[in-house]
Amino acid sequence: MKEMKLFLGPQHPGMHGNASVHMFVDGDIIKRSYLLPGMLHRGFEKQMERKLWVNNIALIPRVCVPEPDINEMSFAIATEKLLKLEIPERAHWIRMIILELARISAHLMAYGGIGGPTGNYTLMYHAQLDRNLILDIFEKITGARVYHQYIVIGGVRQDLPVGITKEILEFVNDLESRLVEYRDLGIDNASMIMRIKDTIMLPKEVVWELGVTGIGMRSAVGKAYDIRKVAPYARYDQVEFEVPTSSYSDARARLDIKIKEVQQSINIIKQCIEKMPEGPVRVKPGRGQSMRWTVPKGHVYAPIESSRGEFGYYMVSNGGTTPWRVGVRGASYPQGLLGIEKYLPGTRIDDAALWVDTMGICAPEIDR
Amino acid sequence: MDENKKYPKSSIFKPLRHFKYLFKRPLSHPLDTVLTAKNADYLNKNNPFRKNKLKNSQPRTGPDNLRGFHVNDWEQCIGCATCEEICPTAAIEMVPRHDLPLVAGKLQQRPVIDYGRCCFCALCVDTCTTGSLKMSKEYVFGDSNPNSFKLMPTEKWQDHEVELGYQKSEVTDLLDLKRIEMEHVSPEERVKSYIEVIRGYSKEFAKLEASRCVECGVCTASCPVQMHIPDYIRAIWEDDIEGGLKIIYETNPLPGVCGRVCTHNCETACSIAQRGEAIAIRWLKRYIIDSAPDEMYEKIFSEPVSEVINAKIAIAGSGPSSLSAAYYLRGLGYTVDVFEEKSRAGGVASFGAPEYRIPDYAVEKDINFIKKIGVNIYTNTKIGKDITLEELQKKYDAVYLGTGFFSARKLNIPGSDHPDVMGAMDFLPITRDFARGAISLEDVNVKPSVVVVGGGDVAFDVARNATRIQILKYGKANVKLTSLETLDILPGSDDEYLEGTEEYINCFLGHGPQEVVLKDGKIKGLRVTKCTRVFDETGRFNPEFDNTQETLLEGEQVFFSVGQAPDYSYIPESLKDKVIIERGKIKASQDGQVAGLDWLFVGGDIFRGPDIITGVSDGHRAAVAIDDFLYNKSKKKEQTEYMKNVREAIKFNNPDLALKPERKRTLK
Repeated sequence: MKEMKLFLGPQHPGMHGNASVHMFVDGDIIKRSYLLPGMLHRGFEKQMERKLWVNNIALIPRVCVPEPDINEMSFAIATEKLLKLEIPERAHWIRMIILELARISAHLMAYGGIGGPTGNYTLMYHAQLDRNLILDIFEKITGARVYHQYIVIGGVRQDLPVGITKEILEFVNDLESRLVEYRDLGIDNASMIMRIKDTIMLPKEVVWELGVTGIGMRSAVGKAYDIRKVAPYARYDQVEFEVPTSSYSDARARLDIKIKEVQQSINIIKQCIEKMPEGPVRVKPGRGQSMRWTVPKGHVYAPIESSRGEFGYYMVSNGGTTPWRVGVRGASYPQGLLGIEKYLPGTRIDDAALWVDTMGICAPEIDR
Repeated sequence: MDENKKYPKSSIFKPLRHFKYLFKRPLSHPLDTVLTAKNADYLNKNNPFRKNKLKNSQPRTGPDNLRGFHVNDWEQCIGCATCEEICPTAAIEMVPRHDLPLVAGKLQQRPVIDYGRCCFCALCVDTCTTGSLKMSKEYVFGDSNPNSFKLMPTEKWQDHEVELGYQKSEVTDLLDLKRIEMEHVSPEERVKSYIEVIRGYSKEFAKLEASRCVECGVCTASCPVQMHIPDYIRAIWEDDIEGGLKIIYETNPLPGVCGRVCTHNCETACSIAQRGEAIAIRWLKRYIIDSAPDEMYEKIFSEPVSEVINAKIAIAGSGPSSLSAAYYLRGLGYTVDVFEEKSRAGGVASFGAPEYRIPDYAVEKDINFIKKIGVNIYTNTKIGKDITLEELQKKYDAVYLGTGFFSARKLNIPGSDHPDVMGAMDFLPITRDFARGAISLEDVNVKPSVVVVGGGDVAFDVARNATRIQILKYGKANVKLTSLETLDILPGSDDEYLEGTEEYINCFLGHGPQEVVLKDGKIKGLRVTKCTRVFDETGRFNPEFDNTQETLLEGEQVFFSVGQAPDYSYIPESLKDKVIIERGKIKASQDGQVAGLDWLFVGGDIFRGPDIITGVSDGHRAAVAIDDFLYNKSKKKEQTEYMKNVREAIKFNNPDLALKPERKRTLK
């Protein structure tokens, strides 16, 4: 039979963000496929070279829309390393709360996202509702819902508003009690299991070949490789949490890990609120007004753990007011761009959207 | 779940557990809690098919620090454009508003924000110099006209009062409000000699201080010569001394003097001073001059400045305004001769201001450069004695008078004709000569206890000079200073007061002198009474005294520092009726051209006053006016392209009259 070309575009409910998959199908089996990136290409890395250190705070969250805080964190850590800047203790803990809330929100979005391609809309509504509550918390802390621009060079932009810790605790306790419902609706649901069990496999050797990190790697290899554990940043070495793994990476196992990670994030947030000291939250990177801040010569790579895997900024400074070169390691780059080309063929058409979902692919991060 | 089992264990009754959701509160938000009042109105208005009107019983409002639409307090806003500068999306544009009042420290422009570009990062709020720009809790705006997304924020949003959202705090402030400390020689050390009090910035500190500048340029309009202040501060920050020196010499030929003793209106107008300490503009200018080696001065003019216009100009006096006029006239291509009655050029910079403020080498550095470009300075030549004004008129095509206020003024109170009562301008040149070793300590007439009358900078100069001489002569100081004005309206600068009191000067402020008390032909002291007011309701100088509160300030000598006076004895009889003198100053057009005598120009203290930098600006304006007067009449030699550019630049930089900023008092 003749091959037919199919286009899984950005408007498809299973597609995350403005990317599209081109597929050549025989029946409903994909024979060849590739991702068509570039719809979100704005040249972030180049733009950053033209923007002041302080102005970049407004640009970088856009590298990944569902989880913008990791960009701010990676940028801030990298710059602080170049500046050899010690930030206040409280800022570390506030940063961790923000990052873990962002992780929960990103996981919920991805977990609820499978409702689109599988037709399980109840799950999506629940997940989006809870994400909305997290955005409300973000709005109260940072003043904005999505692009927070809160983690800045030298700490966080301002202190937490009064009473927000109580609200966060109330929310995470409520979410924790409902996690079992998420399991019932998604991975423990018989009709869902028929759809997601033993499909969209990520074999062990593929992990090494592509350089997949994060949940993909932890589920396929069973290795608890998590930047928060192996190279702790902020104060992750002072909180207790587990890195959930699995020995078998199908769509269900990866979703299972997502829910387990939400539980771990909740644990971390609770510990942070308990251990967070009082004190200042921000130091200035130097004297002078912000448009004349300079960063010493040097280069640095600052990896952090995003919801999709290792995410990091490689930055070079030549001592000027702007970065000289910035490179972003997008966590979903390998599985999103290369994985779709190499490992999607052989699966069915309707699995393409699930690949994008369960791998946690973030289109702007690939394009950047 | 066991990985090998495909399905979890279940029972037929398991679905029954979902009955519990019947009794649970729904997770979803009802629409009336999500919509803002504006949303609901808009939807109701624009959807005619909607039967049930939307209500918003619990309208949603943003949290307290929501980054919504901007509001801008126009009373506070100074139009400094720092928001425009920092905006990462180039959404802010400054729009000229000539209807706003033209005052010092404010620019006639206000920000317009393009909400099609704005990303609500609030960096503009964080960097606002005045704190006028804030954000509101409003975040809904819809319109079919794309042009309506460009808005000029005012105190209200869409013409109604709004709640404020994100505002800057000390933590989020992106400006550096604290000045880099300037190193002073300690009071104990400096009173023993004429060592310069201010040490000057090191390279590292100058760069740090320069990095505080936001380049708004509000300082420029308040500078009498409109120096390109942001540009040379940027040059310091970029470590480009040569560039900075060139920029400075475009508008000011006496930077070494002005870098030390300028009245720095620019710092009063500085936008950083709105909430913090102004940029140390004066010290930064001094830093450039101090760190520029002599060879670098040769690069200011890359070709020799030559006489291209066949006309000669005489300048009477060699004070700041005369030197400025000489420099610019030479730059314009004229032959310039300067006549000075004293032994050195510099006028008030060489004989008025004290040595510990402005040492001779700094004045010489400026004057040497002016000499180097071809200005002839004849010292020990007094106009009216060695050469008359009429002779000058015959020999030269134009004459510039910048003879200044070099006579002392005394108060007409009983006992003030005693020989130990001195005026400031009689005393200060003597101290200057003493400091440079021209006269010996014995010849300086300073008694062991001294009373100084006056509250201006010059009074402090007199008092601090007297302290130094007393310590050298007698080993200890006893100087009292009395002025009509109390500390809150003291005309002298804060620095002078602070440094003066550090140098053991006892201040008796708010007292008016009544009588120099004499006993056996010697001064016993100064009788003063409490001053109840200095200015009357209309703001005119009209002091009132309370005669019941009387004090005798003991001292063997009294210095009056109550102003200076001009000496017009050189003006010949033939011109006396043409030169109109009003309140001690010569009446002339704005550029200094005397009406009826189109060859005669004036500037400096005898025309406008009262400080050095205003004199420099008079000199520049007069030079351009003289050129306008002579250029078409004179023969010209062939001009190089370079000289044409120099001439154009001098004319382009011709300063306007400065806006005087309102002085902010920090001392209480």
